Amino acid sequence: MLADLAAGLALAALIAYAVLAGADFGGGIWDAFARGPRRDAQREAIAHAMGPVWEANHVWLIFVVVLLFTCFPGAYAALSIALFTPFHLVLLGIILRGAAFVFRAYSPQSIRRPGAPGRQARRWGAVFGAASVITPVLLGMCLGAVSAGGVHVDPAGAVTIEGAAPWLRPLSLAMGGFALAVCAYLAAVYLANETEGELRADFRRRALWAGTAVVAMSVLVLPLLRARAPHLWHGLLGARAWPVLAVGVAAALLSGWALWRHRPRLARTATVAQAACLLAGWGIAQHPYLIYPDVTVHTAAAGSATLRFVLWSTPFGMLLLLPSLWWLFRVFKGGAMRLTNAPGDGGAG
Amino acid sequence: METLTAARAQMEVSLAFHMVFAALGIGMPLLMVAAEGLWLRTGRAHYRDLAKKWAKATALTFAIGAVSGTALSFELGLLWPRFMAFAGGIVGPAFALEGYAFFLEAIFLGLYLYGWEKLSPRAHLAAGAAVAASGMVSGILVVAANAWMQQPLLDARGAVVRDNALAPFLSRAWGVMSLHSTLSCYIATGFAAAGVYALGMLRGRRDAYHRSGLALALGLGTAAALLQPVSGHFSADHTARHQPLKLAAYEAHFHTTRGAAEVIGGIPDVQARVVHGAIRIPKLLSFLAFADPDAEVKGLDAFPRELWPNVVVAHLAFQGMVACGFALIGAGLWFWWTGWRRREPGRWLLRALVLVSPLGILALEAGWIVTEVGRQPWIIRGVMLTRDGVTTVDAVPATFFGFSLLYLVLGVALALLLRRLATGAPPRAAQAGAAAPEVAHAR
Repeated sequence: MLADLAAGLALAALIAYAVLAGADFGGGIWDAFARGPRRDAQREAIAHAMGPVWEANHVWLIFVVVLLFTCFPGAYAALSIALFTPFHLVLLGIILRGAAFVFRAYSPQSIRRPGAPGRQARRWGAVFGAASVITPVLLGMCLGAVSAGGVHVDPAGAVTIEGAAPWLRPLSLAMGGFALAVCAYLAAVYLANETEGELRADFRRRALWAGTAVVAMSVLVLPLLRARAPHLWHGLLGARAWPVLAVGVAAALLSGWALWRHRPRLARTATVAQAACLLAGWGIAQHPYLIYPDVTVHTAAAGSATLRFVLWSTPFGMLLLLPSLWWLFRVFKGGAMRLTNAPGDGGAG
Repeated sequence: METLTAARAQMEVSLAFHMVFAALGIGMPLLMVAAEGLWLRTGRAHYRDLAKKWAKATALTFAIGAVSGTALSFELGLLWPRFMAFAGGIVGPAFALEGYAFFLEAIFLGLYLYGWEKLSPRAHLAAGAAVAASGMVSGILVVAANAWMQQPLLDARGAVVRDNALAPFLSRAWGVMSLHSTLSCYIATGFAAAGVYALGMLRGRRDAYHRSGLALALGLGTAAALLQPVSGHFSADHTARHQPLKLAAYEAHFHTTRGAAEVIGGIPDVQARVVHGAIRIPKLLSFLAFADPDAEVKGLDAFPRELWPNVVVAHLAFQGMVACGFALIGAGLWFWWTGWRRREPGRWLLRALVLVSPLGILALEAGWIVTEVGRQPWIIRGVMLTRDGVTTVDAVPATFFGFSLLYLVLGVALALLLRRLATGAPPRAAQAGAAAPEVAHAR
C-alpha cells in the first residue's frame, strides 16, 4: 500500500513534468522549426514564455528521479544499467538544452540588424532547438523501454537484456515519436494562449498540425502495443485504466475542437487534461510493474520507514511549493503576454 | 580504461564542474539581494545596477548548476547502481528534502529574474531573499547524503540502520561538513566577484559601482573566510575522533605518535613512509586534533595498508586548501585594514585581490578532494567498497570522455559569457555616480 502510494506520487510528478516541461521542450521544437516572416517574433515569444518558468518546470524531473531512487532503489539501479546509453543521451540533451537557452539569452545581439540575434546567439539557438527535439524523443523511448519487456532482472539485481536494446524496439521508437508530438502540441496550444494577433494564428496552425501528428502517432502506437506489449494493452483496456483513457480521448477531441473554433483557453485546459489522462492511464495499466516483467512496485520498494517519510513529508513540502508555484504562474501566465521588452532583455531583465 | 577508474573519473569531472556553479548559485543570490536591499534603502542607483548584474550572473550559473545537478542525480545510478540499490532508500530522504528547497530556489529565481517590472519592490526583494535562503538550505540538506557516506548510521551490531529515514541527518559528520561547505560557497563567490571589481578599479574605474561591488563581495568573502578556520577546526576535531585514517592521510601522518607534529607542505613518500621537504611544527597536530599537545594521534601505520586512501593526493589537496584559505584571509584583512584607515585601495592591494580571486573556488575543489579521496577505498565508509558499487556496464570510458568534452566546451563558453558580463559595466552607473567627482575624473 505504501509502495503503491509512493508510485502514485512519482506518477503525479511525472505528469506535472510532462504537461509543464513537455511544453518547454515543445517550445524548443517550434524554435527549431520557426518559419515565415515572423520567425524571429515566434522565437522571441517562445523564449519569453519559457524564460521565467522552465527552471522550475525542469525540477519535476529531478523529483521523479529522486522519488524513484528513494522509494524504489532496486528499480532505479536496474534502469540505470539497462538504459545506460539512452539515459546518457537524455542527459546530454537536457544539459545542452538548458545551457544553450541561457547562453543564447546572454549572447550579444547582431550588430548589423539591431534587435536580431547575433551569430553566437544563432548558434546557441540551433543547439537549443536540436536538443529540444531529441530529448523528448529519448524520454519517450525510455518510457517505452520499461513497458516493452526484454529487460530481465534477477532477484540479486543482475540485469540481462534479451534481444535488441529495449529502447530501440519498435514500440519504444513509436513512444518516442508520440512524446515528440505531444510536446509540440502542448507548446503550440500554450503559445496560442499567450500570444495575440498573427503570432497567435501561427501557433494555432502549428497546434493543429501537431494535434494531427498526435493522432497519427496514437494510430501507430496502438497496434504496436497490442502486438508487442500485450500486458500493457490488456491493462489499458482493464476496468481501472479505461475510464481514465476515455476521459483523455474525450479531452483530446475537445481540445482539437476548441482550437478549430478559436477558443484557446478551453483548448489549453483540455490539452492539459488529455496529456495528464494519457500518462495516468499508462501508469495505471503498467501497475504493478516498474520494469516489465521482473520488477514490480512491491519487489523494488525501499523500507517502510523511507516510504513513510517520503509520503508524510509530501504534504508539508507541497504546502511550501504549491503557493510559490501559484505565484510564479499567476505573475507570468496571468494573461496574454505583452511583448514589449527588447529581445534578450527578457532574460537579462 | 578500467570501468572503476572511468566511473570515478566521470563522477569527479561531473562533481567538480557542478560544484563551482552550485557554490556560485548559493553565494551570488546573497550578494544580489544585499545590493538590492541597499538600493531600496538608500535609493542610490549603482546598488540597483549591481543587483541586476549579479542577477544575470546568478541566472547563468544557476542554469548550468541545475542541468549539471540533474546529470549527477542520474549519474548516481548510471555509475554506481549497486551503491544506489543498497543505499538509495537511506540517502534518499536527504535528496527529497533538498528537492523541495531546490524547487523553491528555481521558482523564486524565475520570479526574481523576470519580475523586476511585474512585482512590487518589496515582493521582488523577498523573492530574492527566498532564492538566497533556499539555495543555502538545499546545499546544507544535500551534504547530509555525503555525510552519511562518510559516517553511516550503524546499529549496535555494526550493521547499517535501515529503519530510520532520518539516518543521513543523524550522521554525526553532517553538522561539521555542512557548516564547512556552506562557508566555502560564500568564500568562493565573494572573492571571485571581488576580483572583477578590483580589476575594473585597476583599469581606472574607481566609481561608486566598482567600490560598492568590491566592498560587498569582500564583506561576504572575508566574513566567511574568517569563520572558516574555526569551522575547519571543528571538522578536523571530528575527523580525528571518527575518521582517524582520513586525518592521518591528509596530514601525511605515517606513524602513530604522542605529541604529533603538524606537517606543512612537502611531498609524501608512501613507500618510505616519510614526507620530503616539509616543515614540521612539533606537537601542533596533537594540539589541533585533541586540544592536548601530548595526545596520541593515530598514524597510517595503525591501519591495514589496503585501506589507505591516496596519501599524496589527500595531503597535497589539504595543504592547497589551507594555503588558499589563509591567502584569502590575508587579502581580505588587507582590504578592510586599508578601509579602516580611510585609505584608497592601492594598486598592490587591487593586484593581490585579482590574483587571489580564483583561490576560493580552488579551495572548494581541494577540500572536496580531501574529503572524497580521504574516504577511499570506501564508497560508504566501513560498509561498501567503491569497487563494489560500480556499474557492470562496460561503456563508461566512452561516456567519461564524452561528458568531459561536453563540460569543457560549456565551461569555456560560460567563462567567455561571464567575462563579457563582467567587463560590460552599465552606462547608468556612470550617470548615477556622476555626482561623485572622482567618476567625472575617471571618465
